[in-house]
Amino acid sequence: MKAGPSRTNRPDNTAFTQQRLPAWQPILSAGIVIPGFTLIGLAFIGVGVALFVTSQKITDLEIDYTGVAATSPCFKCTSFAAENCMCQMEFTLTTLFEGPVFFYYGLTSYYQNFRTYGVSKDGYQLSGDTYYFNNPQDSCAPYQYDSNNNPIVPCGSIANSMFSDTFQLYQVVNGMKKQVPLDGKGIAWWTDYNIKYSNPALVNGSFANAFSGTVKPVNWSKPVYELDPTDQANNGFLNQNFLVWMRQAALPKFQKLYGRIAEGDYAQGLPAGNYTLLINYSYPVISFGGTKKVVLSNVSWMGGKNQFLGIAYLVIGSLCIVMAMVMLIIYAKYKFTDDDEDM
Amino acid sequence: MLRRRLNRLFGGDEKRVDSRTIYVGNRPCPATETFIPPKFCDNRIVSSKYTIWNFLPKNLFEQFRRIANFYFLIIFLVQVIVDTPTSPVTSGLPLFFVITVTAIKQGYEDWLRHKADSEVNKYPVRVLEDGQPARKDSEKIKVGDIVEVVEDETFPCDLILLQSSRDDDTCFVTTASLDGESNHKTHYTVPDMEKDLQSLSATIECEQPQPDLYKFVGRMHIYKPEHDPAVRSLGPENLLLKGATLKNTKKIYGVAVYTGMETKMALNYQGKSQKRSAVEKSINAFLLVYLCILISKAVVCTTLKYVWQSQDGQDEPWYNQKTEKEKGTILYVKMFTDFLSFMVLFNFIIPVSMYVTVEMQKFLGSFFITWDRDFFDPEIEEGALVNTSDLNEELGQVEYVFTDKTGTLTQNNMEFIECCIDGFQYTAFSSELDSFCVTDGPVSTFQEKAGREKEELFLRALCLCHTVQVKEAGPDELGGDQVDGPASEPLRPAEQRGFIASSPDEVALVKGAMRYGFTFLGLESKTMKIKNWQNDVEEYELLHVLNFDPVRRRMSVIVRSKSGDTLLFCKGADSSIFPRVRPEEVERIRMHVQRSATEGYRTLCVAYKRLSVDEYAAADAGLREARLALQDREEKLMAVYNQVETAMSLIGATAVEDRLQEEAAQTMEALQGAGMKVWVLTGDKMETAKSTCYACRLFRRSTELLELTVRTLESGGRRREEMLHDLLFDFHRKAVQDAPPARAGVNRSWSSANPEYGFIVDGAALALVMNPSPDTNCSRYRSLFLQICQNCTAVLCCRMAPLQKAQIVKMVKNSKGSPITLSIGDGANDVSMILEAHVGIGVKGKEGRQAVRNSDYAIPKLKHLRKLLLAHGHLYYIRIAHLVQYFFYKNLCFILPQFLYQFFCGCSQQPLYDAAYLTMYNICFTSMPILAYSLLEQQIAIEVLLDNATLYRDIAKNAMLRWGPFLYWTVLAVFQGLIFFFGVKYLFSNPALQDNGQVFGNWSYGTIVFTVLVFTVTLKLALDTRHWTWINHFVIWGSLAFYVVFSFFWGGIIWPFLKQQRLYFVFFNMLSSVSAWLVIILLIVLSLLPDILLGVLRKPRGPHTQQIAVVTPLSYKHLREHY
Repeated sequence: MKAGPSRTNRPDNTAFTQQRLPAWQPILSAGIVIPGFTLIGLAFIGVGVALFVTSQKITDLEIDYTGVAATSPCFKCTSFAAENCMCQMEFTLTTLFEGPVFFYYGLTSYYQNFRTYGVSKDGYQLSGDTYYFNNPQDSCAPYQYDSNNNPIVPCGSIANSMFSDTFQLYQVVNGMKKQVPLDGKGIAWWTDYNIKYSNPALVNGSFANAFSGTVKPVNWSKPVYELDPTDQANNGFLNQNFLVWMRQAALPKFQKLYGRIAEGDYAQGLPAGNYTLLINYSYPVISFGGTKKVVLSNVSWMGGKNQFLGIAYLVIGSLCIVMAMVMLIIYAKYKFTDDDEDM
Repeated sequence: MLRRRLNRLFGGDEKRVDSRTIYVGNRPCPATETFIPPKFCDNRIVSSKYTIWNFLPKNLFEQFRRIANFYFLIIFLVQVIVDTPTSPVTSGLPLFFVITVTAIKQGYEDWLRHKADSEVNKYPVRVLEDGQPARKDSEKIKVGDIVEVVEDETFPCDLILLQSSRDDDTCFVTTASLDGESNHKTHYTVPDMEKDLQSLSATIECEQPQPDLYKFVGRMHIYKPEHDPAVRSLGPENLLLKGATLKNTKKIYGVAVYTGMETKMALNYQGKSQKRSAVEKSINAFLLVYLCILISKAVVCTTLKYVWQSQDGQDEPWYNQKTEKEKGTILYVKMFTDFLSFMVLFNFIIPVSMYVTVEMQKFLGSFFITWDRDFFDPEIEEGALVNTSDLNEELGQVEYVFTDKTGTLTQNNMEFIECCIDGFQYTAFSSELDSFCVTDGPVSTFQEKAGREKEELFLRALCLCHTVQVKEAGPDELGGDQVDGPASEPLRPAEQRGFIASSPDEVALVKGAMRYGFTFLGLESKTMKIKNWQNDVEEYELLHVLNFDPVRRRMSVIVRSKSGDTLLFCKGADSSIFPRVRPEEVERIRMHVQRSATEGYRTLCVAYKRLSVDEYAAADAGLREARLALQDREEKLMAVYNQVETAMSLIGATAVEDRLQEEAAQTMEALQGAGMKVWVLTGDKMETAKSTCYACRLFRRSTELLELTVRTLESGGRRREEMLHDLLFDFHRKAVQDAPPARAGVNRSWSSANPEYGFIVDGAALALVMNPSPDTNCSRYRSLFLQICQNCTAVLCCRMAPLQKAQIVKMVKNSKGSPITLSIGDGANDVSMILEAHVGIGVKGKEGRQAVRNSDYAIPKLKHLRKLLLAHGHLYYIRIAHLVQYFFYKNLCFILPQFLYQFFCGCSQQPLYDAAYLTMYNICFTSMPILAYSLLEQQIAIEVLLDNATLYRDIAKNAMLRWGPFLYWTVLAVFQGLIFFFGVKYLFSNPALQDNGQVFGNWSYGTIVFTVLVFTVTLKLALDTRHWTWINHFVIWGSLAFYVVFSFFWGGIIWPFLKQQRLYFVFFNMLSSVSAWLVIILLIVLSLLPDILLGVLRKPRGPHTQQIAVVTPLSYKHLREHY
């Protein structure tokens, strides 16, 4: 590490080598900080008010249908024997539920963020690479091959545990049930639907043939190519409910979008009245102490209802103002003593 | 290397034998029947550490001995073996990078050492083979070889002088590069040596190699065919040391006795141990804390995981079945692997990149020292040199400065300054006006002047009373001669006359007389010739020289002039002259002497005496008799000297200046002002050293000197040990017990009410303290001694052997509080102390490059030390301290959310951040701003640092890396980490964050936290930056921009090599959510609030508030201007 200059060379006289680069030397003085804090405080309070008001305007309705309590209509479905169990929950809206209304299902104590769970999928498979249909990746274990050593498509725990309850919403109008259409499109990320996931090419004109030699996930009642037989664009890996499920939730208490109510009579929202939620109950959560719920909510520019952000902004904003004032007081006091010392 | 080790291991027999037998010329001797050539080590000097073959294993071994590297290796291995959340590449790649870079650097440095070694080892020497000198490489010299050395060559190994080209069987050497004494020493050939070395048949028996330069005991047996073997005793005067230089002697022959690593020089040269800075120790301590945090985190998580899993249905929920392999694993093994996985997950808390950044900072930062133009010396056309960059910050932490005197404090260049004749003062002449006094007579500052006779007498005394030899030097030799200090007079090409003397003062005096018009022409067969003002040559017969010795502190000559008068001229220290002259003369001169002494000049008084015939006869007889005495010769001589040197009359006094280095006094004052204690360690005489200390303002008039030297030890007439005991306790009472407790931060100049003590100790006394006779309490003396030293404002240690210097440094280094020591020196005699001290500084002086080569930093002049310490050291310390704290901080708040996330993911080791973010965080996103900061930051401008030495005290004792600041940073990191995690968590209580109702997943969560994190830590650094050059702007804003661009890029493409496109469009979606934006802004502001607040409220404190108020960033000054 001979860093020395050569014998005859005097070190370069540049600003950099002599550590004399021109420099801006900001001073974080009270003169900047007090007005700065005041401004930040005011801005935060403004934002906080906007957020708070917006969040207040959002209505949401949660319906827990786990059926733990014996009185719950879904209690009958919690036993293991129940197959194809249907239950229905009733609810009443007293005012118009402004649209567009978003239909979420929510789970608690459900750890989609388990590490072993999170890695248990095959990205290549899901992008339609048929080589991986027959050779799923090891990360899919224990849902890589079934007991007969047939490859599972889509493999892995995430796909296998796809949320299987289905919902139908009816408005009770004059004693008649009128179905509220749930639009299952546009609930997944655009990029997931259009780029990240794709279906395999048709084989001999048949979508199902593309999956020949593979078996459906163990827990599934139907293979992936029959997820939505009515709409090929929503079938297979591109089924939006599937895509929504595949995006793991961050926390054990989460909700996922199931559908939107934005069509027909209900484009403006759900009018006041009685409603019936018909649930095809098949997804077990009691074993691990979880709950299931349905959330109806409308959204604003800030997303779903969340009081936290607004309150936080208000608190921090006021804090800044208070601190600015405290500093001003300290400064005023300090200036006095400082002057005494100086003069 | 190996051989040496083996020798040490198996060579017990060699050690056990107290002496070694050397066959001169490696020829068998008649006395021994069978000639077995004894095995000694060869003359190779090995300072390199590696060879080509052992480089890789040895280097790797040494690198992994470093706790950090070993830790990363373990993490890497765990990742390879155990199924862990992150891939082995994330830690393997950085580790590989670090190891490789370090290996290359160390390999290069060792290659340089190899080169330097071979330069020494391949130096051509002439070895006598069959009577003819044969050229050989220096490393080929064997013990017993007869080596020829010519003038101005250094001795290649330790030699016993057999033959000299001089008539009187002597040779002159200078040991400047060994002990710093640049005068010429006389060494003698073995008595009654035969001229024909070829036929010489002899053996030498001498002691085993030992490091003391001044000790040597041996015997030489000379065998002659028809005589009994003759035995000659050998002493240090026969031994020529490796590293010394032959002077004023054409050629000598000597037989090698110690070679290679066994020479006294090599034994005095301590192995270069790896120096570690205090900062590194702090890092290691912090590392330990973080390691504890890491392990406890992993333990907590593992425990929680199993507690949680013991609940019903949580161990293996139906949606997350275990694999067969997992099911088959034993519980405890599972727990252990889980623990390891957590360790791996959290291991980023101790980032490998910190070591890279610290190394880079040190390496690049050291360039600013070499680039500094203030360190450039136009004389030698060189700037500063950085040999190791590991110690940059240590320069800001120095508490003790150990400085060599000769060549470091002084220029080792005596100059005649002024004289006083008969009470009248004659001021100095500048060298430009050197010939003015010849006809006009000396100019006097006073109007009147001494009588002409007195002047002439005084100048004659100067010309005669010395032991100087004249050397006629050719012009080409002039330059080379300068190396030894005195010698020639470059301004007088007409008289290319070199003077050689055992003391540079004498030369200065003779030259001074020459300037006044009395020229000493030389000594020829007992006749001294001088040229007087009239350009006549006066001749004096030299009858006797009464040699100088440190006890008498004077020397005399007895000469007989042409006219037959017998004169005695005497010069010496005032204290030894004044009692021996007529008292009425003293007062006139005393004033001048004292005044000169206060100026820091070395003063000598000159006296003379006219001896009557009877007196001379008596003196002559006495001297002759004493010289021939076999017993107590010294004492007898002393008695005669004392008898002769009485009743003299004082003529005048001289003042000679050992020119201090430029700005030596200012530098010393600045160092002391900065709170450093300056000790002078020199091999030189006490008087000389003392006057230098006065000149450098280390000792002042008011300083009370405590002297623990051979002189004071022997003055009481009692045993040395008793005296030592008394003196030590006496001094201890004075300096330690009676002194008021020293308050930190009090400058010595402000505390002048307290008596100041200066402590003087010499080598012999030190040896008594360090290694007292067994019956005394060794450690007690040592601690007393140390306490005395530490309570004195300045300490002077004279007559030190190189190893003793190192001993002193070591003693201070290991004392309580382990203060940071710095040694500065220029000669080979300083090497051991340079190596011993925490920081070794070499001055690129006249005495060779040895010190420079072994130093950590080399500067051309002493004065550069001031900027090196006060400016560079200060800045480097602030920079690296901030760097270290910041690194720990940013990694704690990086990993804390990851840890907290474990509570919400069933402790399943789910990483919060994507692998790319985990890897890139320390390498790309947050590394450059702190590197730029740690290279460019100047919280206080360099000029201010130089002007206010006291600022150095602010960072003393590792102020920025103590537990207080560390706790502050840690708390800050924890605070911010909590905010990052929980802020986003509350946001995610409803994961529908977009206006289209779509929900965000876990990678969005992590990305939001990570974005807040990157922005916060970068802006935190921006807040701390007080010196924004364009580079800072570039890297800080550039890093943030790079993060954004990278995230777009990383999330914008389906990467074919990735199994899972976790981050695909996560960043885009995050940015499309207003809530995400708002939460990011909120959390960043909230995280930075406390820091801003603290910064503003922190009032500038300390006694120098006023001085640095302008530069203290967080002052209220601007507020006042504002309103």
